[in-house]
Amino acid sequence: MSTFWAIVARDVRLAVRGGTESVMVLVFFVLAAILFPFGVGPEAEVLRRIGPGVIWVVALLAAMMSLERLFSADHEDGTLDLLATSPAPLEIVFLAKAIAHWLTTGLPLLVAAPVLGVFYQLPGPAFGVLLLSMLLGTPSLSLIGGVGAALIVGARRGGVLLALLVLPLYVPVLIFAVAGVDAVIFDAPVRPSMMILAALLLAAIPLCPWAGGAALRQALQ
Amino acid sequence: MANLHRFANPAQFQRLSRALLPWVAGITAILFVLGLYFALFASPPDYQQGDTVRIMYVHVPSAWMSLFCYTFLAVAGAVGLIWRHPLAFMSARAAAPIGAGFTFIVLATGSLWGKPMWGTWWVWDARLTSVLILFFLYLGHIALSRAFDDPARGAKAAAVLALVGAVNVPIIKFSVDWWNTLHQPASVSRLAGPAIDSSMLPPLFLMAFAFMGYFFTLLLIRIRADLASRKVQALRVAALAAAE
Repeated sequence: MSTFWAIVARDVRLAVRGGTESVMVLVFFVLAAILFPFGVGPEAEVLRRIGPGVIWVVALLAAMMSLERLFSADHEDGTLDLLATSPAPLEIVFLAKAIAHWLTTGLPLLVAAPVLGVFYQLPGPAFGVLLLSMLLGTPSLSLIGGVGAALIVGARRGGVLLALLVLPLYVPVLIFAVAGVDAVIFDAPVRPSMMILAALLLAAIPLCPWAGGAALRQALQ
Repeated sequence: MANLHRFANPAQFQRLSRALLPWVAGITAILFVLGLYFALFASPPDYQQGDTVRIMYVHVPSAWMSLFCYTFLAVAGAVGLIWRHPLAFMSARAAAPIGAGFTFIVLATGSLWGKPMWGTWWVWDARLTSVLILFFLYLGHIALSRAFDDPARGAKAAAVLALVGAVNVPIIKFSVDWWNTLHQPASVSRLAGPAIDSSMLPPLFLMAFAFMGYFFTLLLIRIRADLASRKVQALRVAALAAAE
């Protein structure tokens, strides 16, 4: 357990001290979302209609940006070999790294999302659901993306490959998160989609470390 | 030593596959001739769709094969990871492009069928959308298995991905269905409408078996080619070592 928190603390500290990376992800998130009104026009009606979808799609892409280096960086400087010799199994190492990724990427996205909600003219009640969907959805993104990041350790052209591996697997999270926010706007029940989003997260918490641990083990052999 | 162990099993496979291949290929050819004859000449045109319905005899078997191939990838990956069987990884590597090919045929024939029936090349129908995502899962598998300098590492990574994908395919299917009912697509008559006429079933099943036979024929050929190219590489390395 101490190894677990040590890894989380190390990654967060690295991100806070060294890093422009979290800031870059955030800037990308806001900037990419701002581009859409230029593409489709500034009518409030259109923006409200596409808002939840755009915010979530851009969040997927932003969360993916920092994934490529999640394990590759540790693999290159040998940290991953040291972590593998630690008493904690690789599944725990994976979970710690995924949580650190969420703290440094998912959480900033969650904080910035209401600003984009304002830009997209979302009605008042939609903000709460948008935040809830981010809170339940982005940890799944970090976990599923972490499996992809573990698979591409040592691969050529990792970045493009990661997008190809991870984006199709993100589809369910995207669908239910946007369905929830849309439901507020169109006066439909929000609960089912949020429940399924939570179910996806609950399924990802045990399954992704398992797959990610297996992927890391293959990479270290 | 590691190399000797690797070739121990495949040598047996080489013998077995050499004996099997003509039979599998022959049966496939006969099934194709029969299936195509029934599908194109000896079955009635649809009362609504006319001769366009004959696209079904290619479309539906490839749809079945696209799912079968992904299951095959996942099972082969699990066998490879659990029992470290080198042939399992080789068959997964050989099967992935075939499965991607079938999935592409589903999408292409579906699009060709959709144009006269629905008046459009593409509809965001639940089934079309999930097959499209399946196609990208295949592409990811192929790209990952070829992304490493060491082919063994690529095979193992791709095996893990196939298992992750196999868990996700039903979830993706379910979520796309949900998404589709939520958004109520424009009034497009669903493919599944009336039950299929019994006169269309024999050619459909003949074609399905022909496609299955085609898969196994290609699989055997591809694994044999893969083994042969590995052997050539090993011989080259040995020749280089001997020259030094």
